[in-house]
Amino acid sequence: MTHIPGLLDTEAIRKDFPILDRVLHDGKKLVYLDNAATSQKPRQVLDVINEYYEQHNANVHRGVHVLAEEATALYEGARDKIAAFVNAPSRDEVIFTKNASEALNLVANMLGWADEPYRVDHDTEIVITEMEHHSNIVPWQLLAQRTGAKLKWFGLTDDGRLDLSNIEQVITEKTKVVSFVLVSNILGTVNPVEAIVRRAQEVGALVVVDASQAAPHMPLDVQALQADFVAFTGHKMCGPDGIGVLWGRQELLEDLPPFLGGGEMIETVSMHSSTYAPAPHKFEAGTPPIAQAIGLGAAVDYLTSIGMDKIARHEHAITQYAIQRLQEVPDLRLIGPTTAEDRGAAISFTLGDIHPHDVGQVLDEQGIAVRVGHHCARPVCLRYGIPATTRASFYLYSTPGEVDALVEGLEHVRNFFG
Amino acid sequence: MYQDVILDHYKHPHGRGLRDGDAEVHHVNPTCGDEITLRVRLSGETIEDVSYEGQGCSISQASASVLNDLLVGKELDDARRIQETFLELMQSKGKVEPDDAMEEVLEDAVAFAGVSKYPARVKCALLSWMAWKDATAQALGEHPESTRKTV
Repeated sequence: MTHIPGLLDTEAIRKDFPILDRVLHDGKKLVYLDNAATSQKPRQVLDVINEYYEQHNANVHRGVHVLAEEATALYEGARDKIAAFVNAPSRDEVIFTKNASEALNLVANMLGWADEPYRVDHDTEIVITEMEHHSNIVPWQLLAQRTGAKLKWFGLTDDGRLDLSNIEQVITEKTKVVSFVLVSNILGTVNPVEAIVRRAQEVGALVVVDASQAAPHMPLDVQALQADFVAFTGHKMCGPDGIGVLWGRQELLEDLPPFLGGGEMIETVSMHSSTYAPAPHKFEAGTPPIAQAIGLGAAVDYLTSIGMDKIARHEHAITQYAIQRLQEVPDLRLIGPTTAEDRGAAISFTLGDIHPHDVGQVLDEQGIAVRVGHHCARPVCLRYGIPATTRASFYLYSTPGEVDALVEGLEHVRNFFG
Repeated sequence: MYQDVILDHYKHPHGRGLRDGDAEVHHVNPTCGDEITLRVRLSGETIEDVSYEGQGCSISQASASVLNDLLVGKELDDARRIQETFLELMQSKGKVEPDDAMEEVLEDAVAFAGVSKYPARVKCALLSWMAWKDATAQALGEHPESTRKTV
């Protein structure tokens, strides 16, 4: 095999992921290329979760007994780790949620209930993009419907980038909030944050960044982004499911109203009214996903020990190789940027007239796991006039050999349906 | 799961294209984007035609073709029995081994038995059959308000 510079020692890394040893369908080695949907979990994370339940399990922030104190220290310790991972100025800016969708819904609801100057109402505008995941479309549609605000969006260019040519017409003095994806889950595009943030700041709009496909794959610095809110999810970055993160600027979290009410988010409660705990607890009503947060802390430790810059370099090399190899497959059309520049490791494509479901099924018979469908980004499929795509997405444990297996698998698919 | 019968129907669909009908429905499978527009033409209790246009995977397209083969020319009671038998087979999770009696009712459609083991694909196979059931009910004036439905 040709030498590809920038790759990680995947032989060593793969030993941390027990599931990657699975053999499927009578002897086919698992080739897991569905990392944009969810990543696999290393033993280091699984062990921490197990140990938490076996040794420390208790509810947090309540009891005075040993287990309660240990559980609270572990849970809040995870918050510290995540704050450091995204370079947050303060740990109190890290809010645990169920997933990125909940984080984005939380922001939309804060803004719907907020007082001036943040309040989104019928005189104001919300801006998103055509390449958003449904989780960054629907909460804003709901907010627009409930408040009468106008929802606007950036369109896409033919090569899978944001069309910012009309940025001054899209983001205007009426814009209250601009919410966009940092790395597209379907196109792989890495978006130009700086240009969008600059325009949003000019008009005084808040900036929300959906970093679900960025946090797992590249160094994420919320201060460098200059966003007001950043959302991501744990299960795509070697952590468990059931845990997501909303980072928000402290003064905003102080000013904005809570959304979900319940235990833990209060200061005092009477039958007439309540006062609220300071952030982040103000936004974490009820018993939180404790083991999941601790597991995400372990995932962040794991990723940091390997190095996010090294992971980004590895994925860039794999992406470059995959794009080159996939373009050798006859009738294959890439949906998204056709170079690895400003591009993440999710690669969508169509294969002639063969429906992605059939592509995915025949690949599965060879042990290759890909995602098929519209990837919760149906407007992108509509934009490019296709019903669905097949998507291969890579991670720190992906190898050039797995790219080769995919290309061979696609040849088999073509012969099968040809 | 990809029996030759299924691939044949996929590559050479029977009765494809929209023709005159007494009712038309449009059904979609939101998980994968399979779509079908289907028309039914009845003459009394006899199914004169089932015509359709759609896009989707081989399973959904082949299933529509098999449906056309099986149902056109049948009396409604017989057609309903076929539809119910197919539904039973598809909901069997791979546990029903089609016997001679079932094969007599379903003919080519028994080739879909293997699909029933894949929960994600059962909806693909049932798309046209649910559309037919809906269109027939509309043609008979049973619930005229329904125009778009998902399975």
